[in-house]
Parts: sequence; C-alpha cells; structure tokens
Amino acid sequence: MNALDWIVLLGTMLGIAAYGTWRTRHTDHLDTYLKGNRNTSWITIGISVAATQASAITFLSIPGQGFESGIGFVQNYFGLPLALIIVCAVFLPIYRRLGVYTAYEYLGNRFDQKTRLLGAIFFLLQRGVQSGITIYAPAIILSTVMDWPVKVTIILIGVVVVIYTVTGGSAAVNLTQKWQMGVIFGGMVTAFIVLVTKLPADSLHIAGALGKLEAVDFSFDPDKRYTFWTGLFGGLFLSLSYFGTDQSQVQRYIGGAALREGRLGLMFNALLKIPMQLFILLLGALVFVFYQFQPDTPVFFNRVEWQRYVDGPDGAKFRALEDKHAALHRDRQEKLRAWTAVRTGENAAAETAARTALLGAQKAVDDVRREAKAALTAANPRVNVKDSDYVFIGFIMTQLPHGIIGLLIAVMFAAALGSKAGELNALGTTTTIDLWRHFRPLAEHDEARNIRNAKGWTAFWGAFAILFAVFVSFEENLIEATNIIASLFYGVVLGIFLVAFFLKHVRGTAVFWSALGAEGLIIALFFLRNAFPALKFSYLWYNLIGCAACVVFSLLLQAVLGDRSRRTAATDA
Amino acid sequence: DEAPRVPGFRTWRSVYIFVFGAFLLLVVALALFSRVFA
Repeated sequence: MNALDWIVLLGTMLGIAAYGTWRTRHTDHLDTYLKGNRNTSWITIGISVAATQASAITFLSIPGQGFESGIGFVQNYFGLPLALIIVCAVFLPIYRRLGVYTAYEYLGNRFDQKTRLLGAIFFLLQRGVQSGITIYAPAIILSTVMDWPVKVTIILIGVVVVIYTVTGGSAAVNLTQKWQMGVIFGGMVTAFIVLVTKLPADSLHIAGALGKLEAVDFSFDPDKRYTFWTGLFGGLFLSLSYFGTDQSQVQRYIGGAALREGRLGLMFNALLKIPMQLFILLLGALVFVFYQFQPDTPVFFNRVEWQRYVDGPDGAKFRALEDKHAALHRDRQEKLRAWTAVRTGENAAAETAARTALLGAQKAVDDVRREAKAALTAANPRVNVKDSDYVFIGFIMTQLPHGIIGLLIAVMFAAALGSKAGELNALGTTTTIDLWRHFRPLAEHDEARNIRNAKGWTAFWGAFAILFAVFVSFEENLIEATNIIASLFYGVVLGIFLVAFFLKHVRGTAVFWSALGAEGLIIALFFLRNAFPALKFSYLWYNLIGCAACVVFSLLLQAVLGDRSRRTAATDA
Repeated sequence: DEAPRVPGFRTWRSVYIFVFGAFLLLVVALALFSRVFA
C-alpha cells in the first residue's frame, strides 16, 4: 500500500461514512429512523438488500471458493429467486399493510406477545452471537495481509459503522449502502478487467479442462456437497428464512414509497444475485488460471503464516515442501503447454492423452498442497489451514497496480461496513420495538424517547460487537461454531411464520410450545451428530427439518388444545 | 395484487413468472457453458 492506495481507501471509506452521517443528522421521525425515507425507490431498496447480504467475507472467500473448487458453489443460490417471489407475494404485503417496524411485531399481531418475544429473542440470539464474527472474520484476513494489528482493523470498522448508523438509522444505512455498492461494483469490475488483460485467450478452456467450470450438477448423490437439488430445496428454505424473517433484511424492504417499490427491489435481487455470485466465482477460477502461468506460486496462500514456519525450528521441512511444490508446478506448466498445443488439432487421441497428463500434474500439485497443510497442522494443531480466503486478497496485493490496490481494499471495507450497518440497525430496532416497548408500553407514543432508545440500543449492539471481536480469542472452529448456532434457529423461526401465514386455525399457545419443541429437536440432532453418523448431514437441512417440525408440532398441538378447549366449553355450558 | 407499473407486465404474477423463467434459463445457459468449456 502506497500513498495513492491510502488516499483511495480512506477517501472512499471515510468519505461515504461522513456523507451519510451529515445528510441524515436531522433524522427525528421514528418512521424515517427505523424504515428509511418515505420516498425510497425500488433501486435503493434493491441495492440495500444486496449490500446487507454481501459482507466482506463474500468478496474474500468466494473468489477463493472459485479458485479451490470451481464455480459449482453457485448452485447454493438456486433457491433464492423462488424464495424472493414467495416473500414478495406473501410476506411483504402483510408486513406493509400492518405497518409493522419488525417482522416479530407481526407475530404479536397474529398470535400473542409470548410468541412475538420468542421470535425476537431467537433473532437477537443468532445475530448477537454473529455480530462479533462479522467484524472479526474480515479483520483477521485484512490485518494479516496488510500487517496491521487486528484490533485496529476491528475498531476502525466498528467505530465508523456505529457513528453513521446511530446518527441516521435506516436512512443513513440506505444512503451509504448505495455508494458502498458503487465502490464494490467499480472495484470488482476493475479487478476483473485487469485480470483478463493478464490471461491467455483460451483461459476458459484451461479452467474447464482443470474442472473449474462445472456449474450445474443434476445428480442425486447425497455425498456431493453442491448439486442443483440441494441448492434449490436447501437454499429455498435458507433464503426464505433469511429474506422473510430476519429483521436485518426485512427492515431493508418494509420501508419505501409503496408496496410496489419493495417488491421491485426484491425482484431486482432475484435477477441480480446469481449472476453476481457467478461473476465473483468466475473471477476466482480465472485467478487459478492466472497462477498457472506464473513462474512461482505459493504452496500455501496465507504467506505470512507460512513464512513463520519457514523461519521456525522446522524450517528445513517447510522449505523442502516449497521446493517440491515448485518442481511440480513447473511440471504442470509443461503439461499445460503440451495440452494447449494439441487442444484444437485434429488428433483427438493426442488431446486426450495430453489432458490426462495435465490432470495428473494438477493432482500432484493438489497433493503437495495437502501435504503442506498437514505439516502445518503437525507443527501447530490450532493453525488455520484454510488458505483459500487469502487467494484473492493475495492476488490484489501482489499483482494489481497501486491505486487499484487501494480501491480493492476499499471494496472489502465497504462490504464490511454495509452489511454491518444493516445488522446493527436491525438489532437496535428489534431491541427497541419488541423488547424495550414491551416492558415500557406507555412510552409507545413518545417519539423522541423512542428514537433516543433506538439510538442507544444500536450503539449498545455496536459496542457489544466490537468488544466481542476484540476480547474473545477466536479460533477457526469457533467462527464455524457461531455460524452453525445461527443455522440452528433459522428453520424454526421460518416455521412460526409459515404457520402464521398459512394455518389460520393455529393459535399462539400451540405455535409457541411447538417452536420450543422443534428447537429442542434441532439442538438434540446437533449434539447427537457424533454418536450417530447417520445424523451428519449438511447444515442446510437443519432449516428444512426445524421448519417442518415446527409446522407439524403446531398442527398436532392445536388439534389437542382445540379439542380440550371445546370440551371445557361444553362442560361449562 | 398495486400493479407493477413495469412496461410489459400488467400483473405481479407475470413479473414472478418472468423472474422464475429467467432463473431456469440461466440454469440451462450455465449447463451449456459447462459443456462447451469442459
């Protein structure tokens, strides 16, 4: 990073935050603070929904996913368009018509206060636990690469986002997300153009030959991680939970000038999201091709971590692995040149033989990378060997010109700020509307007091996230554990909402106890995973099981309670 | 069903059908893309 990079980074990051703070500093209507301006258009809503979903990890990890295993990961998003159509047709009109601030307020309207509190507490638990991670995860990667203290990065992201989110609420979040998405789009397109200029003409054929372009897999093999079917059905339930019942998304689209604006904003995302993720994955697959032609590529992409072991007491072992990788990389380059020479020729047998040799060379490189990770784990069992998160940021820092480096680092910070702002805004709103107001019912009509409290709770959650990220010593498995905790709640919350929308005869008491029972079942399944290998299925399916259990339990319990209340009524008569 | 007020779409149902159709078309295009470059 040189002076130009710093000017670009700080200019975009602080400039957008300062502009958002200044423009929304006089937000004194609760409606504007919690839902954004009344004249918000569909494009602002659409961008805000996309910016809340796209965190810094999206732009750090997903290119690494494309590099490592190709573009097949895009199938994870196949349930999203259908989920957004259902949210537009069913969820959004009811939220709008009731004029609610939070999704859980609707549960109070449809069922009772205890079910509303349960929905709100589930949301605060999962988002609260995750709030530290959403700052920590990108901060650790950016700090490692740029050689900053990680606490400085955490505090920088946290303080900036708290200032403008507390000042202007949803109005500030919507305004800043528009500019942040502009920076993200500009930066990613620039990186793509620079990358393409460094690649040979037949790059896509090379990526395809090395298995990086297998986008759709229609097989029913349960051992395969990403298939069309797991993406369509597992992804449908995950997206429906996220967009329909997670306040950080609901708050983005329930404002706006009219119902039409919210719907068009969501349809914009239904059309945009899969191509956007495909673009980011393809970028990663092309970075993979780029490294095929470099004289030397790292055996382990977290170079700072690797160097620590090369300089350590077992350095000879790690240097030997580097030499082995370099020799295999040169062999792969020769095989690649041989294959590209015969690829378009008439001799099909020669092409097949050359491709087989190339795939063999690729497998040898993959094996030595696995060997390097095993050596790291042997030296330190707590080391994080997932280096794919460092592929794209490493490419940025070593291969892009100055100025563009600053722009791409600004992309990461813009994504971190945009998604964090949406999250804090939702945590503050839910705490104010569903918890604080519940215990202070007389304060409901005191607008100034409500805004003061919403600001206070937003600041509280911001401080909680910063302190959690700074003081909790995260390990990779802890990051994964907090993400799993979030997925344990999602399905049951969706089940409550589906009962609310579609099973009109089910009442609050039945759904409340059914939700607790379904949550107990999901937690039991989670803890029994190690005892019963048959229960080791993908976390995506927890959403479906939790949702289905909540709906079925509600129907059964309502049948029992309904009979009992009818018998009681008959006895009383 | 506020009408969508998008040129070419009279009802929200037609918008939803268009969006889901675009998704299916994208899946077919991706499958073909993979076959061409595999």
